[in-house]
Order: sequence, then structure tokens, then C-alpha cells
Amino acid sequence: MSDPMAEIKASFFIECEELLEAMQDGLEELDSGESDIETINVVFRAVHSIKGGAGAFGLEGLVRFAHRYETVMDAIRSGTLSIDPDLMKVFFRAADHLSDLVRVSRDDGELPVAEGEALIAELNAYLGAEEEDEEEEEDIEFQPMGLALELDLGGDDVTMDADLPKPGFTITFAPEAELFDTGNEPFLIMRALQELGPCDIVCNTEKLPELSTLSAEIPYLSWTITLTSDVDKDEVLSVFEFVEGLCVLNIEQNSGVLELPPLDDMPDTMDDEPSEEQEPAEEASSPEKPNGALEVPDMKKEEPQAAPKAASPKETKPAANQQAASTAKSVVRVDLDRIERLVNLVGELVINQAMLSQSLESAGLSPHSDAMNGLEEFQRLTRDIQDSVMMIRAQPVKSLFQRMSRIVRESSAAVGKDVRLVTEGEYTEVDKTVIERLADPLTHMIRNAVDHGLEETEKRVASGKTPQGQVRLSAAHRSGRVVIEISDDGAGINRPRVHQIAIDKGLIPADAVLSDSDIDNLLFLPGFSTAQVVSDLSGRGVGMDVVRTAIQALGGRITINSVPDEGTTFSISLPLTLAVLDGMVVNVASETLVLPLNVVVETLTLDQDNLDQVRPGLDVVRVRGDFVPLFDLGQQLGYRERLDDYVNSVVLLIAHEEGHRAALIVDEIQDQRQVVIKGLDESFYRAPGIAAATILGDGQIALILDPSDIISHALSQTGPITMPQQLEA
Amino acid sequence: MSETETTQHVELLTFRLSDQEYSLDIMCVREIRGWTKTTPLPHAPSHMKGVINLRGTVLPVMDLAERLGLPQREHNDRNVIIVVKHDDAMTGLLVDAVSDIIAITDEDLQPPPDLAPNTQNGVIKSLTLLDERMIRVLDLPNVVLTEQCDAA
Amino acid sequence: MNLEVLAVDDSRTMRDMIRLALEPAGFTVHTADDGIHGVEVLGGLAPDVIITDINMPRMDGFGFIDAVREQNKHRTTPILVLTTEAAPELKARAREAGATGWIVKPFDPAKLIKALQMVAG
Repeated sequence: MSDPMAEIKASFFIECEELLEAMQDGLEELDSGESDIETINVVFRAVHSIKGGAGAFGLEGLVRFAHRYETVMDAIRSGTLSIDPDLMKVFFRAADHLSDLVRVSRDDGELPVAEGEALIAELNAYLGAEEEDEEEEEDIEFQPMGLALELDLGGDDVTMDADLPKPGFTITFAPEAELFDTGNEPFLIMRALQELGPCDIVCNTEKLPELSTLSAEIPYLSWTITLTSDVDKDEVLSVFEFVEGLCVLNIEQNSGVLELPPLDDMPDTMDDEPSEEQEPAEEASSPEKPNGALEVPDMKKEEPQAAPKAASPKETKPAANQQAASTAKSVVRVDLDRIERLVNLVGELVINQAMLSQSLESAGLSPHSDAMNGLEEFQRLTRDIQDSVMMIRAQPVKSLFQRMSRIVRESSAAVGKDVRLVTEGEYTEVDKTVIERLADPLTHMIRNAVDHGLEETEKRVASGKTPQGQVRLSAAHRSGRVVIEISDDGAGINRPRVHQIAIDKGLIPADAVLSDSDIDNLLFLPGFSTAQVVSDLSGRGVGMDVVRTAIQALGGRITINSVPDEGTTFSISLPLTLAVLDGMVVNVASETLVLPLNVVVETLTLDQDNLDQVRPGLDVVRVRGDFVPLFDLGQQLGYRERLDDYVNSVVLLIAHEEGHRAALIVDEIQDQRQVVIKGLDESFYRAPGIAAATILGDGQIALILDPSDIISHALSQTGPITMPQQLEA
Repeated sequence: MSETETTQHVELLTFRLSDQEYSLDIMCVREIRGWTKTTPLPHAPSHMKGVINLRGTVLPVMDLAERLGLPQREHNDRNVIIVVKHDDAMTGLLVDAVSDIIAITDEDLQPPPDLAPNTQNGVIKSLTLLDERMIRVLDLPNVVLTEQCDAA
Repeated sequence: MNLEVLAVDDSRTMRDMIRLALEPAGFTVHTADDGIHGVEVLGGLAPDVIITDINMPRMDGFGFIDAVREQNKHRTTPILVLTTEAAPELKARAREAGATGWIVKPFDPAKLIKALQMVAG
């Protein structure tokens, strides 16, 4: 049972996210000074729309704040208020608060009142106090527009006497040309009057000219309507709401005697030229009233500029809209569940195909037969479908970057530094689920950059840097992967200190000799934190190891690069699609495993010559003059004990992050093929060294390895590699 | 289960582990299938048997007897895997054999005595009697949520 | 009676709400996202009444009403303006542009229907 209101409400909150994003864009443009009138309109409309929708759902707190914001924006729009850097800061904070209000309203939580009041006060300051009181009056209820007529006669007592008139009104109504110009229809108005009670309608045609001079555009008719009803006068007035000012109107309640001014040009006789619109001339049952229609001066409401005849220049907005983001792209909204299903089905298709391929091969078909060629083509098509399906879920990282923008604002304010976020490649597309799971790691890294990476302002100036620190966030597609970089122009990693802390915490042996890059990577070790004082921001315990784990869970890698005094850069590389992997299928012990092909550099066989041992527990293989550490996969994964003799073992040489290489011993290499990645449910148990799983052609499950993880795991047991690249022979 | 005035009926799937009888709320049972060889996960706790292919999904399988601390016995073809769903996650529970589906009411359930084994971690939710036999009703969330064993 | 309505508003939520209010009452509702889109959509319709928002991108409500009134067959088509404020200036402006009447947002569905019936029959 779906509640349509609830659906629209949910849809409204989605729309709010889009509007908030457009607002951010607009505010950034205004801030950078590259804006035009349309930018301001975009921001105004965004707040306006949020307010409008919020009102429909009774979200009072949100409406109130949005209204204030909108009013200030309107002042900017109309030119009565101009933008300065301080105002921009208020705008940004107000936008952040608006965003919070939207989220809280959506989740039915507590509205952050205090913060809102503070911001409202600041916004008010820009408007001047008078506005405030006036706007407080605004209510959300629809109210009929009442016409304030002076001719309101007292005495509403009505006695139901046969002689006295029945309760009701006498209405005289003479439309002017403008009434018709606005599409109003006297007939409909009178019909609406009839809904209030029985009416006697008399049409006054004395102004009708000769047929020959009759103009279709000029109204000549007026009507006298006697309405019998006990409704309020307001209700009668509301019928004329849209046409007040466009007609000559008089409404009198039937009670008591009227004192009337002398009548002017009001002949009673009718012209003999009938018109199509003539109502049947009934005898008007007019109680104690002067006959005929009463002409009174135009009863216009006290409007500042109510002249409907005034020719006012109409404002037409130019159609051109330069904003790339808001060009009318044809879009379809799809339920995420449907996409999930589609993705799964395509995954099954690929698995099925693998099984088919295997069967055909074992059936002994020649690789050049039609069947096999057809299968190859089939596989190519499936791969294309898969890529396309995966891209359905792809979204620009822009919304993520905008969130980071806010993180930078808040964190720099919290630590009293002046920081600017520069973004690049925000239209780079990434799978939606990846974006969501990147939010936390990115937030943490950005906070780190602001908190630790960038120096205090005085220090920056002292070393000749600009007082404003810069954090750069970029995204790009690079050789089939998505690369996201976070860099700061701060002091870089304090290597001696990091080295010392690692020793103090017992993470590395005191005599370890580490390269710069090794030291940098110490940051990724669990339990590492350089914060002497736990700052408000980064907190304690959430270290870079958590970030790395999160990135790896996405099938990605993270590397770090730092130059003293210049800054630090974190580089995250993520797979474009989460669904398939080109892998090398191997046998280890009696299990089948898959290694991502992109980490495999080459394959070797071990023999007496290339095998060496640095120390017990650490063997190496010599590869063209370099020594690469050797890991026995069977042992590492706990499938079996260490092999006694490595000679004749097959080795896969892999390159993991930062270009470090390692050699993994396997029992046998099966082949290379594309496999569908099936996630492992990790709420249960997270297997170290395993990234995911796949289902082979024969229905068996093969685990997909995370080589970096295995190697780090192995290293943590044997200690970091401390030998130089070249051993003395 | 719920706490309405009217007696609530519960359907339980009963099964055997070693020589004891256990049961689960049928509502969390997705399917029952025969034993399939599992693909082991490296360094996993011993009650985690590994994963199997459940029509394209990778399903973790737990040896329920081991999980509950019951004496080990051999695995054979007659073992059954009960596929359960909890909190959007599917798990397979390896048991000796499945017995029956019984319908009982709230009143038939008794809380387990505090000193009985396995009640500390809350894996046994309640007890019920069937033909003079004691059947333990498992608390699935507590069974499935083992401590995280990150072999770091 | 089955009245055809064209509702023009850049807010998806508003368009949905209008549809939700009017369709159960027997109205046939067409929608457009802004003034320019509204003119395009209007070309293929013969609505009995038009509802339009004021603040819209590309072409706002006033521009839209102008464009509609310029078409001969729509010189007297009833047009209701959706406004979030009851400010007199806005109403006067709407009327100057040729609007028939107005509805204040957030609207009460019953009142919206009544207003439509009043101007469109």
C-alpha cells in the first residue's frame, strides 16, 4: 500500500539535494566573482523552491529559515543589497545550515534551533529590522483576498418576515475590458455566485451601442444580481477575488436601508438592441432599494500600484542558459533496485558464458570452429553490455566534492586556519556505491590535511608561503581506473617524528633502516597517530589504516607521496566497475584462487640459481639483478605448511603499491580469464588477503586475492624488508 | 516475537545437532539444501567452514555444532545446510539433519535457565517441550554475530 | 466534468502535488518544467486552464503568460499563477501580465480545485 503523499515527500527531499547542489555551485560562482544575474537567480530559485515544497509538507522550521534566506537573496536580486566577502561567508554557512535542516526534516530529527537563530539574526542584519516584523506575519494558510469595501452596512439581524427581504446581497457588477483580457468570464463568476444561493440576475444593456458600432472587445454589459444566501460577505467577495479592480463592483448586504448619493447617468430604459449575452430580464426583486445598478467609484483595494491599464514593460528572460550543469538533459529516474537486479543478471550471464566456454572446450571443439568464434563474439558483446550496465550507476563525483567543500569550511574554521579547496575533474563519473563509500575516507583525509598537513598561518607566512593554505581534490579516469588525489601545500610529512613515533609504539624495530617512502607508509599502520593533542577534528583512533581498509574494500589502492615543506599527496586508485576483473587463475594447495591480472608482472620458475635466503623466514628470488621477497601463498593462507623445497615452484611476480614487488609461490597456473566479482559478506568474518570471490565455470567458488593485503600481512609477521636492493654476492 | 494480547503462533524448524535438538523461527529460514563442499576462507575461525555457491551468490557456511561448542563429529553427505537470512545477510548453517516444522504458541516457550551452557552469549532464546523432548530455540542474531576475527 | 489543465512549475515536487490534487477530482493534468517548455507543450494541447509558477529558469511565469496571451487562441484562456506570497505587488504584476487569478502556495487541494472551476467552468 503506497501513500502517494509519502512518495512525493520522498521525491521532494531528493529534489532538495539537487537544489542544494545547484545552490552550492551558484554560491561558489558568486564567491569567485565570475557570476552574472542568472547565477543569483539560480540561488534564489533554489531556496525558493525548497521553501515552497517545505510549506506543502508543513515543515515549519525549514520554511522559516528558507524564507529568511530567500528574502536576502531577493534583495540581492533586486539590487538593493550588494555582495561582499563577509556576506558570502554568511551565505555559505546559511546554505550549510539549510542543508542540515533539509536532512533533519527528512529524518524527522531535532531541528538545530540555536544555530538557526544565530544565522537568521545575521541575515536580518543585512536586511534591516523593519523587514523582520513584517515577515513574521506571513502565514502559510491560503487566505482569500478580501475586498475592503467602505459600504459595509451594519445590522446583520435578519428577521424572517414575509415583508422583509430574505437575507442576502445585492450585487452590481460591470466588467471592464481588462477583465476579459485576463481570461476571466462573467458567466463563470455568476455561476459561482449561484453556488452560494439562488440568484436573480438582471442584465443591464443600456450601454449597448448600435450593432454596427459594436466592438467585440469592449464590454457594454453589466448585471444586477440579487443573491439569497446567509453566507458571509467575505464569501461573496471571494468570488470576485480575481477580478477586483477589473470591474465596477458593489456588494450590499440586504439589511437596513441604504442612504445613497444621487444617481448619475443611470437611465432605466434598455436599448432595443439585444445582444447575445442578454440574460432573461426578470423582475428584480429588489427590496427597499433604488432601482437599477448603482455605480460607485472603482473600489480598488489599497494597492500601491494597482493600475491595470498601465502599460508596464514586461520582463522577459532571455532563453539562453549557459550553465552546463543545468542544460535540459533527458533523464530517466530509475529505482536502484532495478539496476541491482540488472547488474546481477548480467553477472550471471558472464558466469554462464564461462561455463559454456569450458564445456565447449572439453567437448573438443576446435578453437577455430564456428561455435568457438561465435562464442568469442558473444563474450565480447557481453562485456560491452556489462560495461554499459555498470555505467548506469555511474555518477559525477561532484556532490561528493561539494560535501568536502563544506568539510574544509568547517574544519578550517575549527582550527583557525584560512584554507581553500580547489577541485578538479568533478564531472568524472564513478559508480554510485563507490561514491557513497568514499565519503568517510575522504572526509578523514581532508580533515587531516587541514588539521595536520597545513601549517599554522604564521608559520606559512614565515616560510614565504601564502597565508591561505590550499587543499586540492581531483578525480580523473586513468588507464581503466579512477584516480582520486588529495593534496595539500603544507609542510609535508615530518619523517623523523613519524619514524620515532613508530619506534616508540613498537611498530618497527629500533634499528630498522627505512626509505622515505617506507616511513610515509608507516602512517597506514594500525594504532598510529601523530596527534600529540587530540584535536577536536581528527579525533583519536581513526587512523589512516581505517581509511586504507575502506579503500581496499572497494578494490582500490592508496599511496602516499610527500615532499618536505611542499606538501603531501594521497593518491587513491579505484576500479572503474566493481563487477568484473581480469584475473589469473591459479591453484594453491587444493584450492583455486584468482589474482587480479593488473598486478601480475610476470611468471617465473624457481631454481637453484635465482633462489636465495636473506634470513630464516625471508626468502628472495633474484630477478634480473634485483631481489624480490618471496611468499608461499599456500602457507600464507593457512592451507598447508611451508614447502620444504621451493625449487621448481611456479612464481607469480606481482607489483603492489608504490611499485614494490613481491613474488608469490603457487602450485600451478591455470589460465587468464575474466571473472565476475562476487562480494563476500564481511559482517560475518573478514578473511585477510581476500578481496572477493568468484564463481567458476564449474560452479565452484574461487577466492579473489588482494595481493597487497597478503604482503602487508606477511611483512607484519616477518618485519619490514630491511635489506638494500642489491645484496653483496 | 511480538507482545500482543492474543497468543502468538510461531512456526519452528527443528533440526538435530549431535544428539540434541534445536530449532529456528521458520520466518528467517530461506531454504534447506544438501551438503556441498565448501571453499575455505584463510585463517578463519574453525566454525567457519567457508563459502559455497548458492545459485550465484557466495554464501558463508558455519558449522553450527562447533559454533555452539558441541562435540565434533564427522561431516557426511547427509548433513544439511539451512540457509537463513538476518538483517539482509544470508548465512548457511551446517546441521546434522532437519526434523520437522512445528507450530507452537508463546505459552509453550520457556526462558532458558541462566546456568545452562551457551546462554551467556544469548544464543539460546528459549526452550520448548515436544513429546517430552527438550528443543532449544536459537536466537539467530546472536548465533550469526560472532566476534570479528581479523587476523592482523 | 473533465477539465484539461497544463501546470508549469520547475519544482518536481510541485508538479507531483498538483497532479495528486487534481487527478482524483477528474482533471487531466499535463505538466511542463519552465516557461519555454510550457510553450512547447502548450502547442500540442488545448487546455481549459493553465497553472504556472513565477520563478522558473529559462523563462519565468510572467514571460510565459506573455507568450501564451500572444497566441490568438489563448487570449482568454484562464491562467492561474502560483505564488508563495500574498503580496499585492505580485498579484498586480500577475494581472498586468494577463493572469486570470492566483493561488497561494502551499495550496489546499480543495481550494485549488475550486479556483480552477471558478475560472474554467
